[in-house]
Amino acid sequence: MAFIPHTAADVAEMLARIGVKSIDELFDEIPASLRVRSLAGVPPAMNEQQIGRLMSERARSDGRPLCFIGAGAYEHHIPSAVWAVTTRGEFYSAYTPYQAEASQGTLQLVYEYQTMIASLTGMEVANASLYDGASALAEACLMAVRANRKSKSQRILMPRTVHPHYRRVTVATAGNQALRFEELPYSQAEGRTLPAALARYDGEDVSALVIQQPNFFGVLEDVDALSAWARERGIFVIAVVNPTSLALLKAPGEWDAGGADIVVGEGQPLGVPLSSGGPYFGFMATRMAHVRQMPGRIVGRTVDASGREGFTLTLQAREQHIRRARATSNICTNQGLLVTAATIYMSIMGPQGLSRVAAASHARTTELVGALARVPGVRGVFSAAYFHEAVLGLDRPVAPVLQRLADRGILAGFDLAEHYPELGHALLVCATETKTSADIERYAAALAEVMKAARAA
Amino acid sequence: MSALREKVIFEYSRPGRGSRDQWPEEVAHGAKIPENLKRRSTPRLPEVSELDAVRHFTRLSQLNFSIDTHFYPLGSCTMKYNPKACNEYAMLPEFRARHPLAPASHGQGFLACMFELQEMLKEVTGMQGVSLTPMAGAQGEFAGVAMIRAYHRARGDMARTEIIVPEAAHGTNPATAMMCGCTVREIRVGPDGDIDIAALQGCVGPQTAGIMLTNPSTLGIFERRIEEVARVVHAAGGLLYYDGANLNAILGKVRPGDMGFDAIHMNLHKTFSTPHGGGGPGAGAVGVSARLLPFLPIPVVGRDAERYRWLAEADLPQSIGRLSAFMGNAGVLLRAYIYMRMLGRTGMSEVGDYATLNANYLLARLTQAGFDAAYPKRRASHEFIITLKREAREFDVNAMDFAKRLLDHGFHAPTTYFPLIVPECLLIEPTETESREVLDAFADAMIHIEREAREEPEYVKGAPHTLPVRRLDDVRAAKQLDLTWTPKEGA
Repeated sequence: MAFIPHTAADVAEMLARIGVKSIDELFDEIPASLRVRSLAGVPPAMNEQQIGRLMSERARSDGRPLCFIGAGAYEHHIPSAVWAVTTRGEFYSAYTPYQAEASQGTLQLVYEYQTMIASLTGMEVANASLYDGASALAEACLMAVRANRKSKSQRILMPRTVHPHYRRVTVATAGNQALRFEELPYSQAEGRTLPAALARYDGEDVSALVIQQPNFFGVLEDVDALSAWARERGIFVIAVVNPTSLALLKAPGEWDAGGADIVVGEGQPLGVPLSSGGPYFGFMATRMAHVRQMPGRIVGRTVDASGREGFTLTLQAREQHIRRARATSNICTNQGLLVTAATIYMSIMGPQGLSRVAAASHARTTELVGALARVPGVRGVFSAAYFHEAVLGLDRPVAPVLQRLADRGILAGFDLAEHYPELGHALLVCATETKTSADIERYAAALAEVMKAARAA
Repeated sequence: MSALREKVIFEYSRPGRGSRDQWPEEVAHGAKIPENLKRRSTPRLPEVSELDAVRHFTRLSQLNFSIDTHFYPLGSCTMKYNPKACNEYAMLPEFRARHPLAPASHGQGFLACMFELQEMLKEVTGMQGVSLTPMAGAQGEFAGVAMIRAYHRARGDMARTEIIVPEAAHGTNPATAMMCGCTVREIRVGPDGDIDIAALQGCVGPQTAGIMLTNPSTLGIFERRIEEVARVVHAAGGLLYYDGANLNAILGKVRPGDMGFDAIHMNLHKTFSTPHGGGGPGAGAVGVSARLLPFLPIPVVGRDAERYRWLAEADLPQSIGRLSAFMGNAGVLLRAYIYMRMLGRTGMSEVGDYATLNANYLLARLTQAGFDAAYPKRRASHEFIITLKREAREFDVNAMDFAKRLLDHGFHAPTTYFPLIVPECLLIEPTETESREVLDAFADAMIHIEREAREEPEYVKGAPHTLPVRRLDDVRAAKQLDLTWTPKEGA
């Protein structure tokens, strides 16, 4: 099934028009020694009915467990309208809006999106998206080094409380350009970065400080103190935020001493399904003063030849197709369709709806932590306030407990052993508005049984 | 379409409206957010009913050209039909809801698809290993060049930091080299469109990390001396990178691995028909030759006995690392998998066959009508270049004017002014899923516009005339930046 419309008569007439005898003759410039003989490793074609059956069987084998994992990807309710409209062919099968006159729908939508993201983060401008939250942080670090003219150090302070995968992506992406990342320790009592950790950098040349709010543990950082320390020293503040939480938490633009300079984050909570990790989208917002250092596409409103308002891609002189080796980034294709979904999601939820989602997620996590901490052998680990994730300590290794709960259809959280061995047997759990009290009780009861059985064994 | 315009969503907003049925119920549990960390301002999100939102965004969609509504011969972008089945089955409830950190025990179905996708991509490209994680072509390029650098470093060959690119290359190539901390050296293309081998020999040396090539090239023709290019670069100690933007042309015909490439990326959103989504998501899977296997970006899917699992840092300690928070654009990869299974073994080469047939047919129609091909002595691959240099000189109507007038005829414009080395060019890629009638209608429109350009040049220069907006003032857009909506004063 290659979706080819040609009839035999079409092919004959087309070949005659070209002046060749066969389609194969059209490949006569390829050296014969290089021609493919067979593709035995590709299975025979399936029609739609057959592939539908295969995919349904595979999906069924993955099941629908009750999920309490967060760690950077969050299960939220998505109104049906979001994807019903997003998958309209006019959005789904369009390309990057280079021909503005034929792409006003996508362009206006991105302009509306930029407005929403800028407002949510407390910034002045936003771009049209980056690949995901982790790659957005990498781009923010590169941008901070370009934009912060007070610093020559290419040195970035990176708290250990930042998502471990984000830290690795940032090193993999920006490390080739000689950026240096220095890890800031955290308080093992509170689960957050202490301003005291910054003291040793007083008077040193640093380009930027990264602050994740809430941090990877779900804990709320003392953003005002951290932000004030950096800004008073001419150090850029890069905020990594969860967009849902911003309905409830202080916007990075409101943090002390003028707030963040660059704000990035994972857009997935805004109407994008979990789908094994992607496609999601990264958002980025900043101050107008830094807009020319921002990577990615930006849409602007302008007028047409008759003076009527319209939308177009702008500031393209930053981008690879114009600036080539001197571009702000190599990014070209971004995550347009996910931005479409997020813009529709934010429009349907509105400020009150998003605030309700944030509050309900926070409340369900509070309820979850309370229920689990009553299970013998389980305790809360950190004292500081959290948003919709929290760390629990077990009195035994986490992995076997998680596997037994998975066997019962419960994905009980994310094991911190690999990334934070200093915390011992620690587990990161999450609940959102999608979880009910019955779900939470089911998890707590199953955990109690598994822990009890483990003790008996 | 012409009458349709739509106000911005914020203008529909009324305080206290909102789609209340979509809000979660309030939960009694006490909030424990400290006062000093709470938000003080209300974010500017619209307060509209669900119907307001559905109607607004549906109307916006109707202002777009798309593959589902229009012929979209955008060169280098492979705008072929995106089969509906790919979306339907990638969005099955279990796939949609699966958490990226769910254990492998709850993902054997998904992982089986990913493993088989890796295997099929290896087979059609002739490479020894594949990683699916890069999220777009440019990130795949980044992974490729980063692997080439890691390879040289691992051998203690620290001086190899120069990347060679042909002057006609995609802008992402030099931009990627820069992101990988390399310097860029551009080389000439000969008058026949092939790389100038003497120029290449003159610039390779102990500083050469590698060369980035697209084949068929961005000129829409097959690089005939590719084996010689590979010999020259390899002999100098450099590696070859293949930009897979034009893989559609050679699918099932010739493989980058057999041409001598060491690292490649594939644009799954081009060749394997996942949606372009108005600017993404893409997927830029990478493939490597044996010597780059240890450096593949993680995670990749492995198989132990009959179980699939992710291979990460512990399995690939020399990896260039992670490029995404989880594992790239998984849902896009599922769509590509479904498409490839539907194509199957024979479908792969049919894609190459009919993409090439359509391009050569449309080229024949246009040149026979008097248009100038940029490389008239060469076979077209899956795309070709028309240069309007003569028309621009004679009628003062340029490639951009033709492109805009094509929109009035209901055709999306071809790629204009790329590659940069051909003046007044249109890069035209019809793809295999278009019928002969569509190609004929496009050729007839070009012929019609040519006549208009001669008789009524001002009308062509004023195009488009039938779209929601006329030509937009890009200079004003860049000078008087208006990037977010604010209420008009007094409103």
